[in-house]
Amino acid sequence: MEKVTLTIDNIKVEVPKEYTILEAAKAVGIDIPTLCYMKSVNEVGACRVCLVELQGARGLQASCVHPVAEGMVIKTNTKKVRDARKATVELILSNHNRECLTCYRNKNCELQSLAEELNISEIPFEGEKTGGQIDALSHSIVRDPSKCILCGRCVNVCRDVQKIGILDFTNRGFKTEVSPAFNKSMDEVPCIYCGQCIVACPVAALREKEDIERVWDAIEDPNVHVVVQTAPAVRAALGEEFGLPIGTRVTGKMVAALKRLGFDKVYDTNFGADLTIMEEGHELLGRIQNGGKLPMITSCSPGWIRFCEFNYPEFLDNLSSCKSPHQMVGAIVKSYYAEKQNIDPKKIFTVSIMPCTSKKTESSRSEMNVKGLRDVDAVLTTRELAKMIKQARINFTALEDEKFDQDLMGEYTGAGVIFGATGGVMEAALRTVADVLEGKDLENIEYNAVRGLEGIKEAEVTLGGNTIRIAVAHGTAMAAKLLDMVKTGEKEYHFIEIMGCSGGCVTGGGQPQVSAKVKMDCDLRLERAKALYEEDTVMEARKSHKNEMVQKLYADFLGKPNSHKAHELLHTHYVAREKYGAKTEAVHSAHHDAAATRE
Amino acid sequence: MPKEILTKENFQKLEVVIEKNKGKKGALMPVLHEGQKIFGCLPLEAQKRISEALNIPLAEIYGVITFYSQFTLEPKGDYTIGVCMGTACYVKGAQKIIDRIKKEANVEVGATSPDGKFSLEATRCIGACGLAPVLTVNEDVYGRLVEADVPGIIAKY
Repeated sequence: MEKVTLTIDNIKVEVPKEYTILEAAKAVGIDIPTLCYMKSVNEVGACRVCLVELQGARGLQASCVHPVAEGMVIKTNTKKVRDARKATVELILSNHNRECLTCYRNKNCELQSLAEELNISEIPFEGEKTGGQIDALSHSIVRDPSKCILCGRCVNVCRDVQKIGILDFTNRGFKTEVSPAFNKSMDEVPCIYCGQCIVACPVAALREKEDIERVWDAIEDPNVHVVVQTAPAVRAALGEEFGLPIGTRVTGKMVAALKRLGFDKVYDTNFGADLTIMEEGHELLGRIQNGGKLPMITSCSPGWIRFCEFNYPEFLDNLSSCKSPHQMVGAIVKSYYAEKQNIDPKKIFTVSIMPCTSKKTESSRSEMNVKGLRDVDAVLTTRELAKMIKQARINFTALEDEKFDQDLMGEYTGAGVIFGATGGVMEAALRTVADVLEGKDLENIEYNAVRGLEGIKEAEVTLGGNTIRIAVAHGTAMAAKLLDMVKTGEKEYHFIEIMGCSGGCVTGGGQPQVSAKVKMDCDLRLERAKALYEEDTVMEARKSHKNEMVQKLYADFLGKPNSHKAHELLHTHYVAREKYGAKTEAVHSAHHDAAATRE
Repeated sequence: MPKEILTKENFQKLEVVIEKNKGKKGALMPVLHEGQKIFGCLPLEAQKRISEALNIPLAEIYGVITFYSQFTLEPKGDYTIGVCMGTACYVKGAQKIIDRIKKEANVEVGATSPDGKFSLEATRCIGACGLAPVLTVNEDVYGRLVEADVPGIIAKY
């Protein structure tokens, strides 16, 4: 690797010649502020917060995009630099909706932190505010243009990383707004609600549709029995909200907190994951043995499901008909659990804590019910759970570990836990399918070929004399790439796992906000997944079919996997969706209300 | 009544334009230009087709269209009235002129009258400051206006 030497703040730095000034400075511990910059997502030099003085250059340079060169002399902390950065942020603040005290991102906002770090104590340029209506029509994502600072991170993550392109810069000048086409609501566009735009947003311009109050109300109501479940990925990230290092596994504290919040029962979605494997594994075996539609594709990720419905409707029959694990748990709570506990299912309120914003929309799908009762009544993100814990003034980090409720649905295996990372569902399925096909309890159960962050992972496994070709894709861009290869016949598989978000659920759109600065050195996907693989190794049972409570559920209630009853409760169907249906007209275009003001 | 623009014929013409530009670098701008000529504007349905054919997200296309003032989302009227809002015209009372046109021609700025006859635009300086305040109706220029001139001009069309 070719290297160059330069001087930053009188420190000699030797770095690869592909580095930017920002990266070179970071290499020697010099912290240049940034705002629009987001490593490998948004490197555009738009906000001008990262300006530095480069000897010989005309004017200050944006360090996030300026490549290094031999002999460069850079100053990052001169009066000129400080004044310019400050003025830039003051200008951004001048038209920003500064309701920080009541803002969703209060104390968790990159703009707010920057204002503090740059010692901004007044707004010298008071002027017109950025306008626009709040769009809260979808079940998942709220867009508030008054908070938007036009950094473009969401635009790029949606268009270039996910390759969907719901959001873009529209209109011009002061009226520039990041919005969907025709300023449509997020409810009327082919958005999959993955929420990657939310975790990219430095401010509160994009956030989840909050549902905390409805959950508090259910807890408060003595006539309502509230059952909560937590997805595997939540435990790998919740601790970050309370200052714990990224990748800290907080399963026990999370359960303790949920019990203190007043939930009547605390279960793990992993029970549903194990159940999913039983259903999905047998569905796969059935399809292979009976000449069913292949490849079969997993259906746990509602973002992926919507992506498929909008963009690849020809693959709808390839999707496993299994509901996602938390929907299964919801359905079982309102049937089996209600029966066993002798509780009227109408009086049960089910809450799912998810790393995901798309789950909110999934749970509201009309198919997701049992005899007219919603499988899941409310979905909260990891962030919303953290807000509830803070509201209840629970000292999270000091909590003693507690266990999930142990009755009926209280057991889970290591196979369920790893659902939260890309490749996890595949690995869990293989552990079970292998045992079934081989007819024995296999010991070698770690499938490393499907782990890790490669965009598309492929493997061939020989099970009971059958060769099974599998593939794993995460992030919709990779999903599209994989499906295109299947479509052309270039690749053939039996079984494919797809997750809507890169990294899988651990980096879902409902997970804690992590600043772009931290993301510069830390791959969240890796760190959080480690926590899950760690939990897998400490579990006694690591295969879904070894889950005794799942076995009992079948024996006492469902019969066998893919039984009629199982189909009624645990399976679903999908619909092809038209992108930008013609029914909705342009809500409003700034083009039209360009009042006759002087330009 | 505004003309029907979403005709089969127009979409066929659009296909030809798309075919000609597909695969080329920077295909979007020429397709949008030609598309606007075909439809008289760039309606949602045309944008959807362009998005699909060129594999560019609709939001990006819409972003480009709303960025450039030469593109329009709605059909223009038979006559486009452009009122100059440059500095000279503005200080000479262009705002009053524009307000009167809105009333007389029943049209909002940036929009088209319900009968499809007039579109009204507030333009930047058109370089005829000596005639301030000035307006244009298609190719005709009217200068040194006072508010009372407006009804007479509208009546001509």
